[in-house]
Amino acid sequence: MQELIERAKSLLEAGQVARVLGWKKGENVWDAEPAFFESADALDAFVYNGFCGANLSKYMIEAGKLEGKTLVFLKPCDSYSFNQLLREHRVDREKAYIIGVGCKGKLAISKIPFDGILNVSGADYPAAAEMLKVETLYGDVEIAYKEAMLERCHVCKGKEHVVYDELLGESCDTVDADRFAEVERIEAMSPEEKFAFFQQELSKCIRCNACRNVCPACSCRKCVFDSTAFDSAQKANTTSFEEKMFHIIRAFHVAGRCTDCGECSRVCPQGIPLHLFNRKFIKDINALYGEYQAGSDLETKAPLTCFTTDDAEPGVGRG
Amino acid sequence: MYRILKSDLPKLYAAISAKNDLLLPVKTAGKTNFALWTEDAVVDIEALKTVKSPKDAFFPQSENLYTCGKVDGKTTITEEERCNAPFVVFGIKGCDVRAIAVLDKVFLSEPVDSYYASRREHGVIVSMACNRPETSCFCGAFGIDCAQPEGDVVTWQAGEYLYWQPMTEKGEVLTQQVAEFLSACEDAPVNEAMEQIRAICNKLPLKDLDLSAWGAEAAQKNFDSPIWEQLYKPCLACGTCTFVCPTCQCYDIKDYNTGNGVQRYRCWDSCMYSDFTMMAHGNNRNSQMQRFRQRFMHKLAYFPANNDGMFSCVGCGRCVDSCPAHLNIVKVIKAFGKGEK
Repeated sequence: MQELIERAKSLLEAGQVARVLGWKKGENVWDAEPAFFESADALDAFVYNGFCGANLSKYMIEAGKLEGKTLVFLKPCDSYSFNQLLREHRVDREKAYIIGVGCKGKLAISKIPFDGILNVSGADYPAAAEMLKVETLYGDVEIAYKEAMLERCHVCKGKEHVVYDELLGESCDTVDADRFAEVERIEAMSPEEKFAFFQQELSKCIRCNACRNVCPACSCRKCVFDSTAFDSAQKANTTSFEEKMFHIIRAFHVAGRCTDCGECSRVCPQGIPLHLFNRKFIKDINALYGEYQAGSDLETKAPLTCFTTDDAEPGVGRG
Repeated sequence: MYRILKSDLPKLYAAISAKNDLLLPVKTAGKTNFALWTEDAVVDIEALKTVKSPKDAFFPQSENLYTCGKVDGKTTITEEERCNAPFVVFGIKGCDVRAIAVLDKVFLSEPVDSYYASRREHGVIVSMACNRPETSCFCGAFGIDCAQPEGDVVTWQAGEYLYWQPMTEKGEVLTQQVAEFLSACEDAPVNEAMEQIRAICNKLPLKDLDLSAWGAEAAQKNFDSPIWEQLYKPCLACGTCTFVCPTCQCYDIKDYNTGNGVQRYRCWDSCMYSDFTMMAHGNNRNSQMQRFRQRFMHKLAYFPANNDGMFSCVGCGRCVDSCPAHLNIVKVIKAFGKGEK
């Protein structure tokens, strides 16, 4: 971590960047917040550990409007989001200095199933421990680092950054699950089972919009759900299952653009596995148009926005 | 003091439910929230905090006010019926009970909100002491004792039993309704449980949260502080903090086009949203910094200014647990340090 701070300080002091976008120490090891640092002194509060899951790409939309370059730390998966935003002309590559930072899998405090957590040790970067030591009000316990990892890290896209100016720090393999296994499990359900599954999950939705607001693919200047001219704006569910409209419309809107960064599921206060919608679309796109990973580069034509004569016909191959 | 074996609680729920709608913590798809009791419901009274607060019981996230339509060429307006049947909210924690007192200040002062008032009139609060307070809890900073919450009936879990103490007339009526499931007992186990809870509270990291920089007198100084420009930056402008909050009370009124009429409903609003209190001339709070500042100034300065010093935060810590950017009211309170008003 010190290496990152030193590098950021030297770039700031040399005037190569005007500010640094990273993570700031919180009250606890697990609640670092995204933050802009404008001086070398401020960087003393910089932190990078296992709990820095927040994807900083979307903050670069606003940072791009500021004077001068912004140094941003992107993890391998975050760099896909940045690339996708570049394709959509929502961020300015010239205004970004990207340090691709290594990642050993990111943790969530909500995945550590103990009451009264006072401290977690072993989440440091780069020296992440295999077992996290958890000090709680009710005694000390341990949990494997892997068990406390975000879902997205179990199906990690890999250690490579797809856009960067320089790289710092090592990454490690965290994959231990099949990316589409859960989608396949749901595909195998009967229509009634599927409906029951999604109804249970989506009926928890409180329409807080955290999923939308954190999503790097949701970067419309004015969201249709915020429009005062729209019948059911964002604030309430008119029926108990109206939520499905919001989440399904959103999933359609980001289809082909979603990099599967997993932020939607990370932030949902109700633990709704929102990434499953997106992953279903990704799986279908792969099957219908060939393997495609949004954000992997700037050249490959996006399957849903380019027409080829051998495109799948609607409905074909869907069963 | 009465008690009931915890293993007999389903019978108690059924008995309450026979005469009242019963809302209690129910686990659905891995998360616990207050919901209507049914025989199939997975009741979860072990969960310390529900994701959403029980505020919905009195102030639902969305509710109809009236419906307009046309019948035989004539315009009709049908007012929504007010709550007119008793209901019980079981298992409310001390912080959330105090939050209802905060909501009362808003909705029961003139002009009285009749939708809310009818629910308050018919609702019976069965509160529950917190056995395992969390790191993010700071109700103590607001003078709330989670070992001995307020309520019409107060309950404690200790050993195999749930202890039950009616505190008000409403509580006595409910106790009589379910008397056959309760047996009289000594206070001693409850006193012991309360001692244990208070011992844990003494170890909570936020127990000494200093609020001296806040309150009515701090309004102007804190409003003008340059700190906000730094604090708000990570805010995603989502409504998570407001929608999990037991005291946030702002709402919007909207019309839903039913095809041949209009359903006028109100729903929770969030000061974090860009159209919050939008005026026809387009000028509301037009930056996220202003919206962010509003939320905390409201809870910690404006509300106390209008309500004899009462803060409209109860320290439940839900926003601490659920903010996607790990911002929260504790960080804000601490950023202003000690008061020198």
